[in-house]
Amino acid sequence: MKRARILVNGELTDVTVNDNNDAVLADGTVIAEADADWQPPCDGKIFVLAINYADHAAELSFKAPEEPLVFLKAPNTLLGHNKNTYRPDNTDYMHYECELVAVIGKTAKNVSRADAMDYVGSYTVGNDYAIRDYLENYYRPNLRVKSRDTCTPVGPYLVDAADVKDPHNLTLRTYINGELKQEGSTRDLVFNIAYLVEYLSNIMTLEPGDMIFTGTPEGLADVKPGDEIVTEVEGVGRLVNHMISESEYLESLKG
Amino acid sequence: MKHCRILKDGVATEVSVAANSVSELETTTLMPATSGTVFGIALNDKSLYAKLEPSFNDKPHVSPPTRPVLHIKTANTHIGNGAAIPAPADGTTIYAGPSIGIVIGKQATRVSEAEALEFVGGYTVVNEVSLAEVSFYRPAVKAKCRDGFCPIGPWVVDAADVANVESLSIVTSVNGEKVHATNTDQLRAGVAELVSYLSSFMTLEAGDLIIAGTPERTEALALKAGDTVSIDIESIGALSNSVVSEA
Repeated sequence: MKRARILVNGELTDVTVNDNNDAVLADGTVIAEADADWQPPCDGKIFVLAINYADHAAELSFKAPEEPLVFLKAPNTLLGHNKNTYRPDNTDYMHYECELVAVIGKTAKNVSRADAMDYVGSYTVGNDYAIRDYLENYYRPNLRVKSRDTCTPVGPYLVDAADVKDPHNLTLRTYINGELKQEGSTRDLVFNIAYLVEYLSNIMTLEPGDMIFTGTPEGLADVKPGDEIVTEVEGVGRLVNHMISESEYLESLKG
Repeated sequence: MKHCRILKDGVATEVSVAANSVSELETTTLMPATSGTVFGIALNDKSLYAKLEPSFNDKPHVSPPTRPVLHIKTANTHIGNGAAIPAPADGTTIYAGPSIGIVIGKQATRVSEAEALEFVGGYTVVNEVSLAEVSFYRPAVKAKCRDGFCPIGPWVVDAADVANVESLSIVTSVNGEKVHATNTDQLRAGVAELVSYLSSFMTLEAGDLIIAGTPERTEALALKAGDTVSIDIESIGALSNSVVSEA
C-alpha cells in the first residue's frame, strides 16, 4: 500500500496512491499525479545521516565515521512532491542528495538490532539539499546549510515496509533535466537501517512518523534555477522538485 | 498574563493562569509550556565563548563562527514543570542548562532585527539539559536529545509583561541550594538578533521556542538521580524538575 497526504480545498487529506501514482481519496475520487498538491507524507522527528556511504565519504575527503553521524532538521524544511525549492542568491554550490528514508511505524526505545526492522513502518524518498557555501565547523552540518525553508523535498508517498522486499538492495538515482547524475545502492550503507534504529532508540524514544534519512552515495552536482531534479529510489518512489531563484521564491511568498 | 498547558481529558489544553492560582500550579505536573519546534543556541554565553575562543582558529573549527550556532531539541526531550528528567542508568553525569526561552507569537519569515520583537509572544524558562559538552564540532544529538532533556515552563509570560528582558537574573538551585547564577545580559546575541537570524532562512511558527543560550556546564550544574533542580528567572517564573535514573 502507498499512502500520501495532499491538500484538498486547503485541507491536509490522507490518500492512497494507485499504480499510476495518482492520489485516491477515501471516496474513490482519483486526482491525477500532476494535479495533486502533494505534501510531506508524515510528521515527526527528522534525522539525517551524514557520510553514510563509503564512496560519498571519499568524495568529501572524509573517512567513514566509526559511529553514525546524525544531524537533525526542523519541519519548516520539508516540502512535498512536485514543488519548487529555491537556490539562495550569490551562492556557489548547492547540491541534491538522494536518500532512502525509513519511517518509524511504532514507538521504539532501546530496540535491539535483531528486532529493529519491526519498528520501520514504511519507506519514502528524500532529497536532502545542501548549500555548501554556508558550511561552518560548528554542529556541522549546520542548520543554515541543511534546514532552510523548502530545502528537503520528501515523498511523494510512503510505501509500506512489507512491500519493500530488501531495503538494503535498492538503487538510488538522481537526474537533472533528465540526465543521470547520481547512482548508488543502499547495499553500500555504512550503517544499515537496523543499526540506525537501534542506535537512535538507545538515545531516545522514536515515535511513528519519525524519519531517518539514511544518507547519500557519491555523485553530487550543482543545481541551478530552472532545473528539474528527480530523486528516485527503486521500488520506493520518484520525487520531483523544481529549482527556482531566491528572487522568484520571495515573489512567491507575496502570493 | 501567564499561559500554561495542561492535560484535560487527555488533550493538551492551554490555560491562562490567574495570579491567585500560581502557587497551586507550581506543585502540579504540567505539559511543556510550548508545543512547537525548539531551537537551541550554542556558544551564546559571553564567558563560555571567551573561554573557548582561543581554540576556534584550530582544527576542527579553523575559524570562529560567523553566525549563531544552532541545534534542535527534539519533541521527546520536552517535558513540563514537575516532570522527571531521566538520567542515564549507567550514571553518566548530566548538566542543567539554565536559559530564558523566547516564544514565537506569530509566523515569522525573514523579519528584520528592528521588527523582530513584534514576533515574540512571550518568554519562558528552559532547562536545556545535556551530557557534558565535549565538542561543538558535530551535532550533539547524543548529548542533548535524550528523553526529558528539555524541561520548558511552568508557563509562558506575555512579552508585554516582561520589562528589561536583556537583564534578568537566572538562578539555578539543586535540592534547594543555590548553585549557579547568571543573567540574560550574558547573552552574546540578544532576542531580536536571534529571531531575525533564525527567520532569515527558517519560517518560525507561533509556539516555536528559541533557547537563547546556556552557560558553561561546570560541576556546579551537574545533576544526579535523586536531585531536584530549579531554575528561577526574574519576572518569568521558576521551573522545577526531579532527576531520576532512566529505567
